[in-house]
Amino acid sequence: MSSTDRFIPDRLRSPFEQRLKSWETLLLAVAIAIFVANSFASPYFLNAWNLSDATFNFTEKAMIAFAMALLIISGEIDLSVASIIALASTAMGAAVQVGIGTPGLVLIGLGVGLICGAFNGVLVTRLGLPSIVVTIGTMSLFRGISSIVLGDQAYRGYPDSFSWFGQGYVWWVISFEFVLFAIIALIYAVLLHKTNFGRAVYAIGNNATGAMFSGIRVQRVKFILFLLTGLMSGVAAICLTARLGSTRPSIATGWELEIVTMVVLGGVSILGGSGTIVGVVIAAFVMGLVTFGLGLLNVPGIVMSIVIGALLIGVIALPRLWTMWRGR
Amino acid sequence: MLKRLLTSREALLVGAIVLLLALIASRFPAFITPANLANVFNDTSPLILLAIGQMIVILTKCIDLSVAANLALTGMVVSMVNVAAPDLPILVILAIAVGLGTLLGMINGVLVWKLAIPPIVVTLGTMTIFRGIIFVISDGKWVNSHEMSAAFKAFPRTVLLGLPVLGWIAILAVILFTIVMTRTTLGRAFYAAGGNPHAATYAGINVGKTQFWAFTISGALAGLTGYLWVSRFAVSYVDIAGGFELDVVAACVIGGVSIMGGIGTVAGALLGALFLGIIKNALPVVDISPFWQMAISGGAIIIAVALNAQANRKKGRIILKRAEQVS
Repeated sequence: MSSTDRFIPDRLRSPFEQRLKSWETLLLAVAIAIFVANSFASPYFLNAWNLSDATFNFTEKAMIAFAMALLIISGEIDLSVASIIALASTAMGAAVQVGIGTPGLVLIGLGVGLICGAFNGVLVTRLGLPSIVVTIGTMSLFRGISSIVLGDQAYRGYPDSFSWFGQGYVWWVISFEFVLFAIIALIYAVLLHKTNFGRAVYAIGNNATGAMFSGIRVQRVKFILFLLTGLMSGVAAICLTARLGSTRPSIATGWELEIVTMVVLGGVSILGGSGTIVGVVIAAFVMGLVTFGLGLLNVPGIVMSIVIGALLIGVIALPRLWTMWRGR
Repeated sequence: MLKRLLTSREALLVGAIVLLLALIASRFPAFITPANLANVFNDTSPLILLAIGQMIVILTKCIDLSVAANLALTGMVVSMVNVAAPDLPILVILAIAVGLGTLLGMINGVLVWKLAIPPIVVTLGTMTIFRGIIFVISDGKWVNSHEMSAAFKAFPRTVLLGLPVLGWIAILAVILFTIVMTRTTLGRAFYAAGGNPHAATYAGINVGKTQFWAFTISGALAGLTGYLWVSRFAVSYVDIAGGFELDVVAACVIGGVSIMGGIGTVAGALLGALFLGIIKNALPVVDISPFWQMAISGGAIIIAVALNAQANRKKGRIILKRAEQVS
């Protein structure tokens, strides 16, 4: 990733933060506009159960997106998250075949996520390899292992108590996944914005060498971030597997792209150093609403991916075009 | 001596490839007959073509994840053109393929050059957009063998001197780009822009523009490969070459191209692609399930990038490295 164009602002924070704030306000306005447009476009949109279903479009991805946001703010990236889901799901599927119960499955899902995250983390922080290549490699490796184990087969037969993680409702239309999403969002917001660890993440993303000389254990923080991203992929794997009720090697294909899009759409700089959890939360809703709204209008999934791809480039390009235009 | 070996990545790779071939031949001698090796080379040609383009992009500190989608989109367009106008000469088809591929590459290039958007974001975005466009223009339908004209399908398969045209095109591209990279100012600019962008700027090289040309070349090669791919396999649909961009990056990394930019050769990209191609072709011969291939590619990327890092470690600023280890 190029760091040549990164500039260091003369004044820190105040104007910068203002722009960040306005980004989130803008995003919120977009979310509301999409919501209103959707309720006009389809008569089925404003239905509590339909809206509740719509949340499944983004809750699992958003769980990973929060950890990914921290990782990107620190200047690294993890493209292997979707493959970690595949591997964790495969491990849980294999465990079901030998009769392991729900608590065991959850532990295995989280464990595989942590191991994969640790593997990425060791390669990046211990061996000093660029995270983009490492995680392109592990993206192939993790899903490859899943494909070796499963071939063209699928694992099924998850216990009913396990399915609750993906299909259960806590209260009325509020699903377990949505509650989990909210809790995780809160945890990450506190972690990033209210703790020393969060400050360290920003510091590393803005100037890793400077952070190192201020006594931040740069490599350790990055390692923890890779662990967290792996762990969140494990959590998402549990929810997704429970929701689908089956595991194939192709599970969650292409999610890494949607998760990175969600993070970038949420105002996190892909070059590191800035971004907020609130932004990612709103971005998750925006993407969920767009996908759901287009789905109600019978737009096929692959056409939605054009919208997602255009959003990814557009949200970065438009502010830059705007500055260029104003600079004239 | 070890150091010298490691620094000459090409020599090491040639050794690895010979060893690999010897291992396979020890149990399956038929694998290394000239006819079969020509087959393997021909089968690897699309990967070689794309790896050359990707190598140039990576040299300039960028990455192009949209090559496979570019290939698929160009392939779909030329096969639809062929269905609509079966009598169009192959030269026109080739021109459309290269032209469209170049245009798609230029879109990436302009976004990176003029708007300074990180290349990974641009090409992740265009990758999905290109795939989506294929679905929109084809309506999700396949273009099948019987709909394509005979000439359209025959071109890459015509055998000249024991090797199909597809293989010859790869050889031509290797020669052409070896000359471009070592004998032209543009070639030097690619190395300079990635090796040290600041110094390159002071030397009068427009780094952004150089990156734009890298994406353009990568796009042109992807477009050309798009036609060759659909005509060789005689089918075109939304998902052709899905995930192939990872193999392409893998070939480059295995070939010793540094992801940090500035280091890499056409020969390296060629050898990296051949290494992967031989493994892919050998798996069914030695009776390993093709499901292994993905994991093997992934493992190869990680091992190769670790080796690259070891080889390059001694260079660079030692003071910072030490300080990092203390932390």
